[in-house]
Amino acid sequence: MKRLSVLVLFILVRAALASAQEAALVEAGKREGKVVWYTSLALPSSTALAHLFMNRYQGIEVEVHRTGSGRVLQRVMQEVAAGIRNVDIIHTSDAGHFVLFKNKGLVMRYTPKGVEGFPASFKDKDDFYYGMRSTLSTIAYNPRAVAEREAPRSWKDLLDAKWRGKMASAHPSYSGVIATHVLALVNLYGWDYFRDLAKNRLHLVQSATAEIAGVVASGERAIAVNGAEYFFYKMLKEGNPLKIIYPKEGVPLVVSPTAIAKGAPHPSAAKLFTDFIFTREAQQMLADREGLYTGHPEVNYPQDKPKLKELRLLSTDASQLEERNAEIRKRFVEFFGA
Amino acid sequence: MPHATDALGQLRVRSRMIFRAVDWTLPIWIGAALFLVFLMILPLGWIFATSLWGEQGWTLDAYVRVFTEAALLKALRNTILISFWVGVLAVVVGSLLAWLVTRTDLPAKKAIRALVMASFVTPPFLGAFAWTLLAGPNAGLLNRLYRSATGAEGALLNIFTMEGLIFVMVLYSFPYVFSMVANIFELITSDLEDAANILGAGRLRTMLTITLPLAAPALLGGFILAFLHSLSLFGVPAILGLPAGLHTITTQIWALFQYPPRPDLAAAFSVPLLLATMLLLALQRRILGQRGYSTVGGKGGERRTVRLGIFRRPIFFLVLALLSLSVFLPYGILLKAALARAWALPLTWDNLTLGHFRFAFFQYGDTQGAILNTFKLGILTATAGTLIAALIAYITNRQLFRGARYLAFFALAPLVIPGIVLAVGLFFAYARPPLLLYGTIWILFVAYLTKEMPVGFAQAETTFKAIQIELEDASRIMGANRFMALKDVTAPLARSGLIATWCFIFIGVIRELSASILLFTPKSKVVSVVIFDLKEEGQIGVIAVLGILLLLVSFFLILAVHWVAGRDLLVSRE
Repeated sequence: MKRLSVLVLFILVRAALASAQEAALVEAGKREGKVVWYTSLALPSSTALAHLFMNRYQGIEVEVHRTGSGRVLQRVMQEVAAGIRNVDIIHTSDAGHFVLFKNKGLVMRYTPKGVEGFPASFKDKDDFYYGMRSTLSTIAYNPRAVAEREAPRSWKDLLDAKWRGKMASAHPSYSGVIATHVLALVNLYGWDYFRDLAKNRLHLVQSATAEIAGVVASGERAIAVNGAEYFFYKMLKEGNPLKIIYPKEGVPLVVSPTAIAKGAPHPSAAKLFTDFIFTREAQQMLADREGLYTGHPEVNYPQDKPKLKELRLLSTDASQLEERNAEIRKRFVEFFGA
Repeated sequence: MPHATDALGQLRVRSRMIFRAVDWTLPIWIGAALFLVFLMILPLGWIFATSLWGEQGWTLDAYVRVFTEAALLKALRNTILISFWVGVLAVVVGSLLAWLVTRTDLPAKKAIRALVMASFVTPPFLGAFAWTLLAGPNAGLLNRLYRSATGAEGALLNIFTMEGLIFVMVLYSFPYVFSMVANIFELITSDLEDAANILGAGRLRTMLTITLPLAAPALLGGFILAFLHSLSLFGVPAILGLPAGLHTITTQIWALFQYPPRPDLAAAFSVPLLLATMLLLALQRRILGQRGYSTVGGKGGERRTVRLGIFRRPIFFLVLALLSLSVFLPYGILLKAALARAWALPLTWDNLTLGHFRFAFFQYGDTQGAILNTFKLGILTATAGTLIAALIAYITNRQLFRGARYLAFFALAPLVIPGIVLAVGLFFAYARPPLLLYGTIWILFVAYLTKEMPVGFAQAETTFKAIQIELEDASRIMGANRFMALKDVTAPLARSGLIATWCFIFIGVIRELSASILLFTPKSKVVSVVIFDLKEEGQIGVIAVLGILLLLVSFFLILAVHWVAGRDLLVSRE
C-alpha cells in the first residue's frame, strides 16, 4: 500500500513536471512567434499540417517553404556557408541528408515526445532525427491511356519497348523519394535496370508528387515509372484518372526524417512543432487526409490502401544513401540526359 | 554676332568651371569606379579565380573537365546549335516582318507593331510554359484538336524537343531583329530601288539585290542579338529542354549549384559564355559601325511603299497567324488555365473558378511575399537605375568634364555579361562573409541594377540628346545658374523621357529569371522564381494567374510610356 502510494505520487509529480515543462515550451514558443520549416512534404500536405498546428497553438506561425529534397539540402548548405540562420526545422525524404547534417554538426539532438513506440527504422540511434512519415514509391498509370490488362505490373515490365515515349520519371536530384527509389532498385537489379529504362525515352519531371501525378493524370504521359504513392492516392481520391501499381518484387519504402537545425532562430517553437508532428492527431491526419504511412503504432489507415505488411518493402540504409547520393545523381543524368 | 557666341562660349567654359568648383568630378568618378568594382570586376574576378583555383592551388582542371566531360560538352553543343538556329530563324521572321511593316501597304501596321511589342515584353519562360500546355505531345491543346479533327493517333507537335525549344525561343527573340531591321528600312531611301526597277528588275529581284544587301549589316547585327539573347535564356531550356534530357549551358550552370556544388565547374562553364558574348558584341558593333552607305544614313529622299496587290490580305493573315503563336495562343491558354479547375477540360460553368486568384493573392504566403518583393525590387531598381542612368547620360551628353564620354562605358559594360553569369559572380562575391548580401533582396537589387543599366542608359541618352543644349544656355544667359537651368528647363523637358526609362527598367526587372534563379532565398523570392517553382507543385492555374499579372503590369506601363513620352521600347532599345 505504501509502495503503491509512493508510485502514484511519483507518477503524478512526473506528469505535473511534464505539463509544466510543456507550458513553459508553449510560452517560449509564443514569444518567438513563428517557426520556419523547410520541407519536402507536398505543398497541400505541409500546409494542412501547419494549419493544424496553428489552430492548436495560436500565436505561433508556421512558415512553410516547400521544395524538393535536393533543393532543401542545397538551400540549407548555401545558408550555412553564408552564415545565414533562417531555418528552424528541416524535413526531406532523403535520409542520407540527415547523416550528412549530423556529421557536419548542423542539426540539434532532440527526441520528440511520443516516439518511443515508433519502429527502429524511424529513429536515429543518436537522437538527431526521427522519421515523421514514410512514403512508398510506386508505378502509376492513366486508365484512359492504358487498359487495365495491358498495364505494367512489375518494374521490369517498364522496360518493354511498347512504352517508348509514353512514360515519365521524377528526378533524384530534386526528389528524395526518387533518390531513395533509385538506390533501392539499384540494390535489386543493378544500374543496368536504369540503363535499359532510359532507352524508353522518359519524360523527365522534377517532383515525385504533384508534377509527375499531374503529367499522368492529364494524359501527357500514360505511365509514371516512379513517384510518391500518397500523392497518387490523393489525386485518385479527387477523381483523377489514375491507378496505382505496387510491384510484387518490392516497393521502395522511403522514411522521411525531420530534425531541428542547430542554431535555429526559434528553438522553442521548433521543439513544439516537432513534438506536434509526432502526436497521434497529426500522424493520423497525415494518414487520413494525405494518404501517408507513418511509424506511429496507433494510427489507422484508409481501408482502400494496402497494409504495409501485405507488401514486400524495399528498405534502404541512410548511410548508404549518403555515401552513394552523388553517384545516384551522376549516373541518372548520364542515362537520362538531364 | 561674334559677341553673343563669345559670351556663350565663355558661359560654357564657366559652367564647366563652376561644376569643377563644386568638385563633382571626383565623387562621380569614384562612384563610377565603385560601380565597376563592386558590380562587375569583383564578381567577374571571383568567377575567374574560382575557375582556376583547385584544392592543390592554381590549376586548369576545371577548364579541362568542361571541355572533356561528355555531359558538359553536350550542353555546350546543344547551346551552340540552338542559338545558331534561333539566330537564323529570328532573322528570317524578324526582317520579313520589318520589311512588311515599314515598306509595304500591309494593313493594320500599328496593330502589328503592337503585337510584336507584346511578344517582346512576354517573359520567354512564360511563353515556354504556355506552350507546354498548347503542344505537349499528348495533353497539349493543339495536339488534341489535331487528333479529334483528323482521327490520327500521333502528335502534330512535340514542344519537348530541341525543335520545340528553338521554336519558342524564336517567338521571343525575333522582336530584337525586327526593331533593328525596321530602323534601317526606315532609313533606306527608295532611290536605288527605283533605279533597279527602271533597269527592269522585278520586285523580288529588287528586294534581293538592292534592299537586302543594304540591310545586310542590320541582319547580321540582328542575328548576333538573337543568338546572344537565346544563349542567355534559362527558363525556356529548363522548362522545355530538361524534360527531354537536354541541357544547355545555363541549365547546366544552374545544376552545378546543386549539392554538392561544383563552383569551379560552374565558373569555368561561365567563362566561355562570357567570352562569346563579349566577342559577338564587339563584332556586332563593328558590323553596324561600318554602315557607311549614304543611302542609309540620310534623312532625305523618298521611301516608296511596295504594293502587295492581291497578296495583301493573305500576307496579312499569315502575319497574324505568326503573331498568334507568340501572343494570342499563349495568352489564351494562360487565361483559360487561370480560370479553369482543370486546364485541359473545356471552360464550362462547372469548370470555372476564381480559386487560383484567391490562392495566389490571399492564401499562399510564398506568392504574396514574391509579389511584394517583385514590386519592391522593380520600384527600387527603376528609381536608382533611372537616377544613375540620367546622371551619366547628362554628364556625357553635356561633356561636363574631361573624359566625360568614357563614363558611358561604365553604363554599357554590363551588356557583355549574361544574366546567369552575373548571378554566378555575385553569388561568389556576396554569398559569404564579409560582404554578405545573399539572403536579402539586395543581392537581387544589385543584379537587376547592373543588368538594366545599359537599357536605362540608352533611354536616358536618347532623352538628353533630344533636348537642345541651347535652351539651357539661354536660361543661363538670362541669369540662371546650372542647377536652376537644370531644374526649370532641362528637367521638365526630360521628364517624360525619364519616366519612360523608369518604366522600361521596371518591366525588365519583373521578368528577370536567369539571374534570380541563383540568387533568391525563401525570404527573397520573386514572382518569376515562384512561377518556376510552382511548376513542380503542379499549380498550373496559379502560374497562369501570376503570368497574367506580370503581363498586365507590363502592358499598363508600356501604354503609360506611349501616352506620356510617345516612345516605343522596341525602337529605342538599341
